[in-house]
Amino acid sequence: MRERDDEWTGLMRSAMSGDSAAYHRLLKAVTPVLRAAARRGLARAGQPVDQSEDIVQDILLAVHLKRQTWDSSAPFAPWLFAIARNKLIDTLRRRGRRIFVNIDDFAETLPGEPAEQTASAGEVAAQLQTLPARQRDVLQSIAVDSASIKDTAAKFSMTEGAVRVALHRGLAALTAKLREQ
Amino acid sequence: MSMDTDQLIRTLAADNEHHARPIGLSLMLALLAAAPVSMLMFFTELGVRPDVMTAMHNPFFDLKFAVTLALAISATAVSLHLARPEASLRGFGWWLLIPAGILVAGIGGEMMMPQRTPMMTRLVGTNSRYCMSAIPEMSLPLLAGALYALRQGAPARPAVAGAIAGMLSAGFAATLYASHCTDDSPLFVATWYTIATALVAAVGAFAGSRVLRY
Repeated sequence: MRERDDEWTGLMRSAMSGDSAAYHRLLKAVTPVLRAAARRGLARAGQPVDQSEDIVQDILLAVHLKRQTWDSSAPFAPWLFAIARNKLIDTLRRRGRRIFVNIDDFAETLPGEPAEQTASAGEVAAQLQTLPARQRDVLQSIAVDSASIKDTAAKFSMTEGAVRVALHRGLAALTAKLREQ
Repeated sequence: MSMDTDQLIRTLAADNEHHARPIGLSLMLALLAAAPVSMLMFFTELGVRPDVMTAMHNPFFDLKFAVTLALAISATAVSLHLARPEASLRGFGWWLLIPAGILVAGIGGEMMMPQRTPMMTRLVGTNSRYCMSAIPEMSLPLLAGALYALRQGAPARPAVAGAIAGMLSAGFAATLYASHCTDDSPLFVATWYTIATALVAAVGAFAGSRVLRY
């Protein structure tokens, strides 16, 4: 656990100093752990675990948009699990369920096996449809068609700067819509 | 159309170059933007008391600013701390005791000095009603600015974060008000400034529980 946490912290430091590949690796590494914890939390609250992927995506968006609140001199895992806990509680509350989130579900030294994706997520995809066309096109191009920012810019005759702005605004708008649900 | 988690991760990584402004800087800019509104309210409605030059030689007049600025600064520090998702008041809440400590020391100091007016008269003062309305009113623009900036944060308890934002706004507003008010007794400050601050903290908690959720 200790080793894993140190690795995450190191990756996040690189990510914050602009290393997008490190950021990508970090998000890939934390996802199975978040997924396992989300499933455990849902099961404990008596909810179907097939919603776990929506929670995972919700957590990842929050991690992304709030990452400037991470203090680079602090370990990454407690920060991550605080966000994850908040999102799980929020999801259960929105569904009007009594909340049984055990702190242990997102303990700093999280036990348990990481989980593979089995359920599919629908909420982010559904909210994507409600975004302004430009933001939706850019997000779709990068997410679904795996296009780079440069290719996306060429495809829509936009500058790379404009693609970056649309991408970021799209992600922020998506998160806001998920919260308002 | 679907968006599986790998695709989302790829999209987030593509956005890694976007960096938000540090929250401390956002908070400072928001307060600087809101301050002229509060100051306009102050100078049109209240203004600095006419005998300010003499008052400055009264240590209890000066003490009011020590208390209100200590409140503003310590609540700002706590606000920035609480913007982090894993943070709580534990280990940090004592910052808020600094202004209270200064006030208690002031009350003690005043008790030891010979007084011409009785204690209750000093406590009740002459401006308590102004104090209780002017401080909250001048706080509101600052509170709105602070909450706007703190929306960038990820507080575990939005209502608590909002209450502390209310305290920092009240601290700055009370600093303005203190230069108008002719009641300088620490007993007056401890009573009416505290009630005014509590009102703004309650408004902040209510607003925070709505706008600071993430």
